[in-house]
Amino acid sequence: MLETIAFSLLNGLLYGMLLFMLSSGLTLIFGMMGVLNFAHASFYMLGAYFAYTVGSVTGFWVALFLAPILVGMIGAAVERFGLRHVHKHGHVPELLFTFGLAYVIDELVSLFWGTVPVPYRMPDSLDFTLFTMFGIDYPAFKVFILAVSVVMFVVLYILLKKTRAGLIIQASLSRPDMVSALGHNVPQVFMWVFAIGCALAGLGGVVGGIHLVTEPGMAFLMGPIVFVVVVLGGLGSVPGALIASIVIGVLQTLALSVDFSLAGLFSSVEVSRDSFFSTLWYMDSLRLAPVLPFLLLVLTLIFRPRGLMGKREA
Amino acid sequence: MARRNKPGFLAGALLALSLPITVNAQQSTDPIRIAYIEPLSGAFANVGDAGLKHFRFAADMINQQGGVMGRKFEIVPMDNKQSASESTQLLQRAIDDDIPFVTQGNGSNVAGALVQAVDRNNRRNEDNRILFLNYAAVDPALTNDQCSFYHFRFDASSDIKLEALTNYMAEQEGIKKVFLINQDYSHGHVISELAKKMLNEKRPDIEIAGDVLHPIGQVRDFSPYVARIKQSGADSVITGNWGNDLSLLVRAADNAGLDVDFYTYYGGGLGTPAAVGERGEDSLHQITTWHADVNVDENLTDYEKWFTDFKQRYPEIDWYYHQIYNQMFMLKAAIEEAGTTDAVPVAKALEGMTFDSPTGTVTLREKDHQMIQPMYISVMDSDAKYDADNSGLGFRTVAKIPAEEATVPTTCEMQRP
Repeated sequence: MLETIAFSLLNGLLYGMLLFMLSSGLTLIFGMMGVLNFAHASFYMLGAYFAYTVGSVTGFWVALFLAPILVGMIGAAVERFGLRHVHKHGHVPELLFTFGLAYVIDELVSLFWGTVPVPYRMPDSLDFTLFTMFGIDYPAFKVFILAVSVVMFVVLYILLKKTRAGLIIQASLSRPDMVSALGHNVPQVFMWVFAIGCALAGLGGVVGGIHLVTEPGMAFLMGPIVFVVVVLGGLGSVPGALIASIVIGVLQTLALSVDFSLAGLFSSVEVSRDSFFSTLWYMDSLRLAPVLPFLLLVLTLIFRPRGLMGKREA
Repeated sequence: MARRNKPGFLAGALLALSLPITVNAQQSTDPIRIAYIEPLSGAFANVGDAGLKHFRFAADMINQQGGVMGRKFEIVPMDNKQSASESTQLLQRAIDDDIPFVTQGNGSNVAGALVQAVDRNNRRNEDNRILFLNYAAVDPALTNDQCSFYHFRFDASSDIKLEALTNYMAEQEGIKKVFLINQDYSHGHVISELAKKMLNEKRPDIEIAGDVLHPIGQVRDFSPYVARIKQSGADSVITGNWGNDLSLLVRAADNAGLDVDFYTYYGGGLGTPAAVGERGEDSLHQITTWHADVNVDENLTDYEKWFTDFKQRYPEIDWYYHQIYNQMFMLKAAIEEAGTTDAVPVAKALEGMTFDSPTGTVTLREKDHQMIQPMYISVMDSDAKYDADNSGLGFRTVAKIPAEEATVPTTCEMQRP
């Protein structure tokens, strides 16, 4: 039992941190600009592909920095030449714009890199077993993912809370007129926020593309879950996104590792096998695990629409 | 009145006379269209796209050799997004467009829906019937309880593959504990049930250490499942997973240092070898109707050229679906025998047809329209002549099962028109 719990906590933490890397950019953009970026997972995918292509020339460590910057530049261009013009028409056109963008990016990726997975592998310097617990190896790369996401959180938190730039960003959201009266270029601030958000997704792609598989379907696979994280954590709250990611990661792995069902929990209550509720009653946690995040999403929207640490309602 | 209508009558008569002639002329030169209903977007887009390239290549090769009765094959791609309901809508569109053949293979749930829809259409719509050629959906139900006169399967059905695979596994002394992990839909359910039954019959001493079903195309992180396999102490894993569900599973196992033998249906193609990499060597097995090094082992020079020509045209993937070769050439032969593309005569020509496939003589069993063909069990090997997916590793045959042994009985009671 101890073994199972230890496994689940560690696996859950690792998966959660990967989710955080993906969703922090989305929560930043959503919180600061009010734009729900449907193409966010596509920027994550771009990060993975850029890192693969750049890395095959320069090596992984250079790609780790270059790829997110490239993705960020594309993000800036999207904001400057696309989103900014759509913005004045309101939320729905914005949503549709990013929705279409997701498909365009997907199609472009298939065009340039083909539809089969690319052999994007971890660098040799990280390809070893760091430690073994109960007979399961923990590759150094998984711990590296953990380290990158922690650094990402700390930097993001300091940037927003402790620096002048963070102050201006936050003020631009609630009082754009005042900020611009003080001589700051508000549209440019928004462009930077969007670029940083996309670069964060790109960074998630650089490490996530190695851990998972780099192929054109990866954006679709990750798309829905990042929205769960953002809503659960609270709009615009980076610490909230961190907590939500870890909660989802740990809950999901626990449900997969520990067998339990309603029938097992309340063994004194008898439910007939052919009754209407028996399917639900005897459903084991293994079958439930994949929908767990979405169940959480629904419950959050009903009972606490502003999420764990958000300040505004979703 | 009569005088005024005369020119109109003449024109009408001329038109009516010329109509059958032009229709006939059109029929003899129009391409023979095959609707290809597969996921071309979403999580399994890579698989659907690879299949499309196979069909286009085979069609082009046949067209270059003069086509079918002077007509050319044309593949019409339709994106079903891996959804059964979307597929039946697309099927209707194919029927409305007078396309005589439809092909599909990814997802037995989709294939099952298509069989039903094809049956319904052909019953109600006798002058516009359609044939369903299945190149990869392997649920045995499709050639047993749900069998249909209008459905033909060119891949080996799941129970045939499992029969061969468990025969091989039963001979491996080292196997003591087996873990089953499969996708949670008909195909995965069948493997989970049959594998338990067959292993129990052939090697009662083998313990089933675990049996897990996971949602198809939704799992991102397989490490909790891998932890379960590890804890169960299994030495071998049987999985019918395909596409990313297989790549992610094997990769998670590799990351955790899980030292087990994988026995798979689809380990050899469509991105999995590239995703798995060198650690699949000597541990990733597959059961298939053919793999690239069979050409080398059995000296099949013509088919080797087919393989390398395909590689030249599509460098990013390999010729993988051997069934598509058989399917296209057998369809050509059947249309030529029937002299038409109408569903019933073509189906009658296909029924019981034998064909000299590169791997030997294959037969479309009359009783249930299941292809009976030789099977190969192979394992990943860096010494193979041909790499799979440019991964640096190919496959080496460990067992060949002749056609007469790669068969299981059927319960099909087919309704013939």
